[in-house]
Amino acid sequence: MTPLLAIRQLTMDFGGLRALEALDLSIHPAQTVALIGPNGAGKTTLFNCITGIYRPTAGEARLQAADGRSTSLQGLKPNQVTALGICRTFQNIRLFGHMSALENVMIGRHCRTRAGIAGAILRNRRTRDEERQAADDSYRLLTKFGLARHANDPANSLPYGAQRRLEIARAMATEPRLLLLDEPAAGMNAQETQALDRIIVRLREEEGVAILLIEHDMRLVMSLAQRICVVDYGRKIAEGTPAEVRRNPAVIKAYLGEDESMEAHA
Amino acid sequence: MKAEFKKSLLAALWFMFLTFPITVVRVNTIERTVAWRWERLIWIGAATFILSFIWRRLLHRKQTGRREVSAGEVRPPSRWKQMAADPRLKGLALSAAALCFLVIPLLFSWNKTILVTNALIYVVIALGLNIVVGLAGQLVLGYVAFFAVGAYSYALLNYHFAVGFWAALPMGAALAAAFGLLLGFPVLRLRGDYLAIVTLGFGEIIRIVLENWNALSFGPSGIDNIPPPGFFGLALTLRQTHIAIYYLMVALTLLTILVVHRLQHSRIGRSWEALREDETAAQAMGIDTTGAKLSAFALGACWAGMAGVVFAAKQKFINPGNFTIWESILVLCIVVLGGMGSIAGVVLAALVLVILPEALRVFADYRWLLFGALLVLMMVFRPGGLVNARRRAYAFEPSAPEKSERP
Ligand SMILES: Nc1ncnc2c1ncn2[C@@H]1O[C@H](COP(=O)(O)OP(=O)(O)OP(=O)(O)O)[C@@H](O)[C@H]1O
Ligand SMILES: [Mg+2]
Repeated sequence: MTPLLAIRQLTMDFGGLRALEALDLSIHPAQTVALIGPNGAGKTTLFNCITGIYRPTAGEARLQAADGRSTSLQGLKPNQVTALGICRTFQNIRLFGHMSALENVMIGRHCRTRAGIAGAILRNRRTRDEERQAADDSYRLLTKFGLARHANDPANSLPYGAQRRLEIARAMATEPRLLLLDEPAAGMNAQETQALDRIIVRLREEEGVAILLIEHDMRLVMSLAQRICVVDYGRKIAEGTPAEVRRNPAVIKAYLGEDESMEAHA
Repeated sequence: MKAEFKKSLLAALWFMFLTFPITVVRVNTIERTVAWRWERLIWIGAATFILSFIWRRLLHRKQTGRREVSAGEVRPPSRWKQMAADPRLKGLALSAAALCFLVIPLLFSWNKTILVTNALIYVVIALGLNIVVGLAGQLVLGYVAFFAVGAYSYALLNYHFAVGFWAALPMGAALAAAFGLLLGFPVLRLRGDYLAIVTLGFGEIIRIVLENWNALSFGPSGIDNIPPPGFFGLALTLRQTHIAIYYLMVALTLLTILVVHRLQHSRIGRSWEALREDETAAQAMGIDTTGAKLSAFALGACWAGMAGVVFAAKQKFINPGNFTIWESILVLCIVVLGGMGSIAGVVLAALVLVILPEALRVFADYRWLLFGALLVLMMVFRPGGLVNARRRAYAFEPSAPEKSERP
């Protein structure tokens, strides 16, 4: 089976700093892959390279498009990458703070709707229908993420955990085939993390979306990921099933320090 | 209360000390005498004390008010909010306002009608700038340039090709929109302060070109004898023409409000607001930020262009002196004071800021000083502007089942 996303020899330099070095990674459709590594390992940088926020210094990422052909993501703008079916959340929440939760999700519908300036001014039948449809779809998504009662509240007034879920809902509104989650459980308590776990499982089962997950919470990673990729100083130091990675001495050394075992950390 | 009293007293004493040399002592070099005007010191002290005390009281009230709100679980919506939410009352208020504007020329003198026409021109310009600054969040300072483009396009098209007013109206709008794109392309990558500075330069460039390119624009002497709009071929007196232009402006204002309102609550308007909130996130969520910015520039500029055409027709004479940086600043003041992104606020602020200085002619010299003070007060006490832009609330059937409401 061809991978949905194939990253080949991706390298990213910031001046003298090599944040990513010749990284290879494949993600298959409907698969959940976790990306772990110590702080500053280059995980977020990888997301930024995939989504077109950064231009990689070398190497490229290819996406298997909806029609089955493989397209390079090289040189695409972030919005073009999103249109192709990759969407992300941000490590430091980046919602549209003064817009309502519903409008945040409706922004996600933007790239799947068409109405232009003329439609907006004339408010013809098609525009109204499309607008209503977008609002309904967005509301359904909010319901799915347990956010319906916040629909009309400004996004920045939501509780922290709700804001994290809203980010995922907004990303899902773009109908991605690959969802990139950057530390979705950061700052959540155990209960909220569990709820997040259930939501992600359901996304996978109902939407069949592939997920690349950056997360420091090992319990969440072990429960969700089918494969784990470990990076340190921009290099991939291990890849495999959770059980394999857990036993890998290089991982234990780099990621957890020499005297701790992964179980103890989790 | 006591602390505020003490602080105000200190401020007053300090201010008296600071202003002592310039207010109290007057040396008459001819008669070689020194006049001591002690009574001035008392006035200054008293005024400083009172102003400082009021200021501190208000600040105090604002802070305690906020604490109460955060302490109480849910705040019942204020009476104002309830009234504003009632669609019937809103409709009533809107029709009352519309009626007021319709009867103004019948009730007031010719001069006052012209003043209101002026104010309406600023309403239209400010609503245009509101798209760029209030909705899309692009701080554009040289906005008056588009007004100038509109005014000069009518004046020149009429002079060279005898283009009539009604044809010039859309042409002026289109030309201004084209200039909006022209400005938009080079500044696509700029944000915040840099954008403000570059657009400020753009506004000045347009004015300086108009002042110096004599062959095109007739330089500082401007263009005279711009014909007023024709209304169904009627022969109108000067007075009637002005009243007709007034009604034309009322219609144009209504059109602007309608179109801007529809744009704001559309897919395009949402993308502008996302751009304002977080450009990176907006692009990552699939919004073509280039297109969104350019459309905001073009659609914002076209209203200034249209207002410019009417302005030229009303004034009969335009020169580059009509389009200085101060006009840009006034329009920006209107948008900020009214509340970024709020149509009602912008309309209100435009009327207030244009009509009030005329009504209070005595203060004409202090106009900018008062604007400055007003803006500072606004920033402290009502940072959202006169009218806070309210978010549209969407209604859904409650039957939609809410799974996992509590995580
Ligand atoms: N725009 C940038 N300019 C310069 N250096 C950068 C930039 N972005 C990231 N870096 C550097 O690249 C390295 C990797 O950063 P990155 O944010 O990808 O780490 P991370 O794995 O996401 O860490 P964390 O777990 O803390 O989020 C860091 O040393 C960081 O300082
Ligand atoms: Mg990171």
